[in-house]
Amino acid sequence: MEILDKLKEDIRGELEGVSLVIGWERGYDSLHTTPLFIRCPEDIDRLIWNPLCVHNLASYLPWFKGRRVGILVKGCDSRTVIQLLQERLIQREEVVIFGIPCQGVVDLAKIRARVDCSQVRGVSFKGDKIAIETPQGQRELPLEEILATKCISCQYPTPLIYDHLAGEAISSHRPPGLLFAEVEKIEKLDPKERFAYWQQELQRCIRCYACRNACPLCVCQDFCAADARDPHWLSQKTGIGEKFMWQILHAIHLAGRCTDCGECERACPMDIPIQRIRKKINKEIKELFGYEAGVNLEVTPPLYTFQVEEPAIKEREW
Amino acid sequence: MVTPEVRFLAAEKIPTLLKRLGERYRVFAPVKVSETTVLFQEYREGVQIVLDRQTTAPAKEIIFPQTERLLSYTYRKDPEDPQKIELQVEEAPQSAPRTIIFGARPCDARGFRVFDSVFTAGPYEDPYYSSRRQQTTIVTIFCTQPQNTCFCTSVGTGPTDTEGSDLVLTPITEGYLAEAITEKGKELLQDEAFVSAQERVEEAQRAKEGIKLESELDLEGIPQRLMELFSTDFWERVSAKCISCGACTYLCPTCYCFNITDEAAGLEGERVRTWDSCMFYQYTLEASGHNPRPTKAERYRNRVGHKFSYHPINYEGMIGCCGCGRCIKSCPVSLDIRQVLREAKAYG
Ligand code: SF4
Ligand code: SF4
Ligand code: SF4
Ligand code: SF4
Repeated sequence: MEILDKLKEDIRGELEGVSLVIGWERGYDSLHTTPLFIRCPEDIDRLIWNPLCVHNLASYLPWFKGRRVGILVKGCDSRTVIQLLQERLIQREEVVIFGIPCQGVVDLAKIRARVDCSQVRGVSFKGDKIAIETPQGQRELPLEEILATKCISCQYPTPLIYDHLAGEAISSHRPPGLLFAEVEKIEKLDPKERFAYWQQELQRCIRCYACRNACPLCVCQDFCAADARDPHWLSQKTGIGEKFMWQILHAIHLAGRCTDCGECERACPMDIPIQRIRKKINKEIKELFGYEAGVNLEVTPPLYTFQVEEPAIKEREW
Repeated sequence: MVTPEVRFLAAEKIPTLLKRLGERYRVFAPVKVSETTVLFQEYREGVQIVLDRQTTAPAKEIIFPQTERLLSYTYRKDPEDPQKIELQVEEAPQSAPRTIIFGARPCDARGFRVFDSVFTAGPYEDPYYSSRRQQTTIVTIFCTQPQNTCFCTSVGTGPTDTEGSDLVLTPITEGYLAEAITEKGKELLQDEAFVSAQERVEEAQRAKEGIKLESELDLEGIPQRLMELFSTDFWERVSAKCISCGACTYLCPTCYCFNITDEAAGLEGERVRTWDSCMFYQYTLEASGHNPRPTKAERYRNRVGHKFSYHPINYEGMIGCCGCGRCIKSCPVSLDIRQVLREAKAYG
């Protein structure tokens, strides 16, 4: 059975026992999808599944605390669900998880960098290519070139937690070594160049907080220190210093919690590669605590606990 | 010699034109700042100007900057008597330099018309906005390729609308047909980069006639309709996928809400006005702790209601949206305001 048919069948079976099921439907044109809230059987017909289903829908779960909801997850999205459960931000019995073994989703910014997407008339998938139709003609791009960066190093294509799985589990064929490739590139720059790089990128930040609000683990949301009125923690000015400060604030608050889902960067309307900052912290966390967020329900995230002596932190010798 | 009001501007002349204008004005133009983003920036030689598409952010920032210093202050302690503190205040200047926005779109120009009704038409005039507005000349490019997200024709403007612009450019082969709309526009046409248009007028006419805008929206009765829906669960349903961020408002040419804060560092500081967004919880948070718009449903209702109901009701029918489509295109979850308005008509 096709993945989509299986999903629809499983959702039909569970719909009565939940307030709603969150999936994807076609968005304002054929290149864009949008989250779908399935409330009645007729809504199920609108469900779609393809490499354009980019959103990590687990971001919505904390909003629905206290209600039982269904959620569609890709492999990466399932890590968010696990991390949310680890942090007790959601309850296991309040979510019904429809897992999808995933071969990767696109990065719309990478497509936009190659094709003028303002007048897309149609999109189709042909084997390992995406075909985009515009008034200027059809453009085919190899999927491999426009996949989301997280997909290129994805180690968990099959969800790590689910109640229903739409299809056969698949295992990763992606080299784990690529996980921090972008970070390693930036680490090679000397501090001055590195600063210049981030200055250039962050200059165009508009402090819209799409990165924060899209992040499924950014749970303070309405009570975020970045725009708190009282106490007035952070200046509301929009100079480069304040923009740096905001990014550091977000990244630090995600230390040992970020599951590398990429929503922050995907949501950024200015296409700033901000996930790299989170990735750098993920790398440190991995080196220091051997921890990867959202892969093991039984483990306590490192900053949620305390060890008198951490094996990787040399307290007694230098 | 009297310069005719219609001239031809060769595309290759644009950098030298902007450079020359830069001697007398602050000149802003759409500049490619990353692989995928184009923003209005002060023109410098060597930047890559991009005139064939809508900019990522509108021209709003040039006249209504995201951070506006209103005043600076310093506390000075008397070394003889530390109890005695003197406050020095220095107000920010309210007179703006002459400025050109080159390569705006009709929707950018319309955005400022919406601002005018609030900031200059009274009863309270905003001196900072007013001065910049008066000093700015807007050179608009007509849109020969409207995007999937554009719906300007539905809100009272359009890809060849001249309202609010001083000079308009129609893209034709190897350049633009330039037409002055106002005296400010005529002044620009004096520059030597503009040459006789001769037989190009007809080509421009054909280009304009060939423009097709896909998206049409029937807004008949919408202001009243939205009022009727005020207390229904419509808003909770349509805002379910909204993540309540500020991308739509900050990128919107017609959103003008702001906050005023004192940003202190030690004994000195600044009072600044910064953009604010009705999509944020803090926006309506009251000192008592009560919040009349506690969830995204009330906040999204305000965004749509303000533009399509309260604004036209308060300002002689003018819709508070210019149809630029940025809130659709830049929304992290592709929430489509057109779809919301269509559903509002059909709801219940
Ligand atoms: S910081 Fe970014 S990558 Fe990490 S969990 Fe949040 S949205 Fe996902
Ligand atoms: S989403 Fe992008 S522009 Fe908005 S605050 Fe985050 S980094 Fe800045
Ligand atoms: S509401 Fe949306 S379409 Fe209308 S002016 Fe604002 S950003 Fe543009
Ligand atoms: S909304 Fe209209 S004026 Fe604005 S870019 Fe689109 S076609 Fe041009």
